[in-house]
Amino acid sequence: MKRNPKELDGSHRILTRRTLVLGGLQMGFVGALAMRMRFLQVEQADQFRLLAEENRINIRLIAPSRGEIFDRNGLIVAQNTPSYRIVLVPEDAGDVEQVIANLARLITIDEEDLERARTEMRRSPPFLPITLADQISWSDISKVAVNAPALPGITPEVGLTRVYPLQDDFAHVVGYVGPVSDYDLSRMEDPEPILRIPRFQIGKVGLEAKREDALRGKAGAKRVEVNAMGRVMRELDRREGEAGADTQLTLDAELQSYVQARLGTESAAAVVMDVENGDLRAICSSPSFDPNLFVRGISVGDYRGLTEDPYRPLANKTVQGTYPPGSTFKMVTALAGLENGVIGPEETVWCPGHLEVSGRRFHCWKRAGHGHVNLLESLKGSCDVYFYDLAIKVGIDRISEMANKLGLGIRHDLPMSAVAEGLAPDRAWKSRVHGQDWLVGDTVNASIGQGFMLASPLQLAVMSARIASGRSVTPRLVKSVDGVEEASGAGAPLEINDIHLRNVRKAMFAVSNDRRGTGYRSRIIAEGMRMAGKTGTSQVRNITAAERAAGVIRNEDLPWDRRDHALFVCFAPYENPKYAVSVVVEHGGGGSTAAAPIARDVMLQALYGGTPPLDAYPTSDRDKVKAQQERLERERLKRRETSGNDQA
Amino acid sequence: MSYLEYNAKSTPTGLRKIFFLNWPLALLLAAAAGVGFLMLYSVAGGSFSPWVEPQAKRFLLGMAVMMMIAMVPIWFWRNISVLAYLAALVLLVAVEFFGSVGMGAQRWIDLGPIRLQPSELMKITLVMILAAYYDWLPTNRTSRPFFVLLPVALILMPTFLVLKQPDLGTSILLLAAGGGVMFLAGVHWAYFVAVISAAVGLVAAVFQSRGTDWQLLKNYQYRRIDTFLDPSQDPLGAGYHITQSKIALGSGGWSGRGFMQGTQSRLNFLPEKHTDFIFTTLAEEFGFVGGMTLLSIYILIIVFCVSTAIATKDRFSSLVTLGIALNFFLFFAVNMSMVMGLAPVVGVPLPMVSYGGSAMLVLLAAFGIVQSANVHRPR
Repeated sequence: MKRNPKELDGSHRILTRRTLVLGGLQMGFVGALAMRMRFLQVEQADQFRLLAEENRINIRLIAPSRGEIFDRNGLIVAQNTPSYRIVLVPEDAGDVEQVIANLARLITIDEEDLERARTEMRRSPPFLPITLADQISWSDISKVAVNAPALPGITPEVGLTRVYPLQDDFAHVVGYVGPVSDYDLSRMEDPEPILRIPRFQIGKVGLEAKREDALRGKAGAKRVEVNAMGRVMRELDRREGEAGADTQLTLDAELQSYVQARLGTESAAAVVMDVENGDLRAICSSPSFDPNLFVRGISVGDYRGLTEDPYRPLANKTVQGTYPPGSTFKMVTALAGLENGVIGPEETVWCPGHLEVSGRRFHCWKRAGHGHVNLLESLKGSCDVYFYDLAIKVGIDRISEMANKLGLGIRHDLPMSAVAEGLAPDRAWKSRVHGQDWLVGDTVNASIGQGFMLASPLQLAVMSARIASGRSVTPRLVKSVDGVEEASGAGAPLEINDIHLRNVRKAMFAVSNDRRGTGYRSRIIAEGMRMAGKTGTSQVRNITAAERAAGVIRNEDLPWDRRDHALFVCFAPYENPKYAVSVVVEHGGGGSTAAAPIARDVMLQALYGGTPPLDAYPTSDRDKVKAQQERLERERLKRRETSGNDQA
Repeated sequence: MSYLEYNAKSTPTGLRKIFFLNWPLALLLAAAAGVGFLMLYSVAGGSFSPWVEPQAKRFLLGMAVMMMIAMVPIWFWRNISVLAYLAALVLLVAVEFFGSVGMGAQRWIDLGPIRLQPSELMKITLVMILAAYYDWLPTNRTSRPFFVLLPVALILMPTFLVLKQPDLGTSILLLAAGGGVMFLAGVHWAYFVAVISAAVGLVAAVFQSRGTDWQLLKNYQYRRIDTFLDPSQDPLGAGYHITQSKIALGSGGWSGRGFMQGTQSRLNFLPEKHTDFIFTTLAEEFGFVGGMTLLSIYILIIVFCVSTAIATKDRFSSLVTLGIALNFFLFFAVNMSMVMGLAPVVGVPLPMVSYGGSAMLVLLAAFGIVQSANVHRPR
């Protein structure tokens, strides 16, 4: 096939022309690409550079070390100690299960922990370290280190954990820390980012929780370069955080430990307070628990044991527990009467063993009656009828007002969990809460601290301190934070006639030191240390007329939780008061037998700043006391030994 | 002028052919591949494995293939065009049945040592058969409807097969390259105007069909278009590629962050950093200067092809050379538009630079034909 050259030339011309057209379009497009590149790389370069930096740089928080807690003498109560944990990087381990099996042959790993680690492993990228075992001992760590070649991907790491070396003694005061839970986060309005660090620990209960902000400190930060997967490539720079503030308590750890030991296995509470400045020297709730269990993550069994114990070890009875104050309330009724001029100190009331009020018979605890009693005798013998009569004359509102003045029915602001307000009822309260009118019978019940009346052991200690000092002292738990002294609890003088206070104190002295006083058996005989107190026995059940006719059932014959609460409040030395003590023994029976001996031992311990000499005790008690002192000392040594082993 | 009219005496023979190769073109191709090696070395974190070594071996193999093809007279390639086209078509059908699935699409055929991508092969054979067709067709019939429909059918058959894989990028490339050759061959303007208006209508229809039961594209393709239009909508999901790629490009600035200093690629923020998005690494580490250098190499490759095409008086040689140049242009134009956020993310590699076996081999084979046209041009 032969084509003529003209046709060929024509087709070639078209081809050349169209090549130029298409080439022009291509060059145009390349020009557009170049312009676009210039726009991105030259005009917007800074902005994109910034975005690239944001991409690659990640801020990682560094947990600050938590503030430590000391007692008033600088003894450590809550500290941070290095703890060892074993961490696995799945990526480096190869056969993860084989490595775990190898590890299990060396040290014991909790099955629960292992299960949690496995779940975590499935969720996170393989280069993120996973904690296999936490809080392991130094000897286990050494075993792992020695066998490192058989354990690829496993590294021992050091961190800080909270340790409470005094174990049970401060559990209710200081509380404990634990890992932040989702529930904790949901309750906070704007949680700090540091709280999202896995296993970061915050205060859960007690002072640890209430003073969390000061104790936690400020998080530091490090800038790290990460890749798209989030793996850290290198650290660029770091800024250390600020450690939390060290906190000093007003408590005396020696005394606290003694009180805790003295309460023993009773379900009880005791408070020791400085009457001048309100410093709490000891505040113990029994039985207690070991807060260290919670830091590690308490086992289900242990936790159930604590919650199901009828003695409620988790409750802080000193501030959370409220009890009918019983006869310990009588000083309030007496002062209300004296202050309002209803009765003079020498005026007497006839006690036949009961009082008829609007057709109802109110009994005195002493069925035979006390006969003619004045203020001193009525408190000394704890005559109920005297106070029934007095209260009816004064009226509930003025009693309630006096109760508030002495620190009952008002909430004392302490950095502890669930501080109770108690209750000193008046007419307005009853109509508000119950929608009923106040009855005179209610006043009669209230006069001896029964009925609606409720007070916590802390409030009873405050009451005693205020009576002793005549000042409106408030309790103080934290002495200083980071060396800065907190406001003292010393208050303004109570607006109560000094003569009236002195009469009440004198009556309280008689309770403890008069041969016929209800607290006589638990007296102190050391000169200059003598104590003034008041017993209380508060009913937790109603005694029916039928039962009363048949003879009131004795406490020992009742089931434990139906027995009376035993209470005792006191201050000493009488001449120059220094400490006020309150003791409540739940369902302990009589205040004079169950609570007063504890209060005396605690008071002596506080006054002497250690084990008191035996001659402070009445001669008849000395053998018993000596045996008891020796027993407590043995227990103390034993405890110190075990806690010492734990930390080694 | 047809192959019958070649004056065998005026074309070089034997080893003398080597002197008539278009050496500047070969050197430019090597330069582009060199840029590729450099970038692959960088994204591997300063290592010849896992990418530079195989890529270099493939490049050497490809250069050898190019030389061998160049030695074979151009009329041989013209004569086997139909056969090559049919073979590629059969392979395309075969991947439908035997292809392995890679990246969510059926694209490869496993032939033992090499994994063949028939769609790559088709890009070249389509250009070849169209060039041969217009070489055969008398010029006065070029614009007659029947003779226009024939090449259109040749283009559409493989295009639909590739679209079914589904590989939107390659099918667009086939369509554009085929249409380009037809345009160069002198098909009347009116056809192109008609087809382009029809295409605009089709695009409108595609968007209209979205969400109805006659939806024309897959959902992922719609999403790609969406994120193309506004990548910020979904910065961690579908828009991630484009956003990160633009950050890498932009942060390179005028002269780049330095060799192996690109944080975006080194820290894996860039997706597919060794294949489709390799240009971003280049632009991040060598900046505007580096990007323009590669672009210049590409432009020069095209310029040398065009000059070869215009110099030769053989119609097949011209058309096949221009068609291959156009293919090459479409490759890098689409890839660069994609990484610069001017086009949706479609899987088109950067020619000679991106890591990948069959693309480079096929491309070098195609340039072998260009070289053959240059060698066997009557002088």
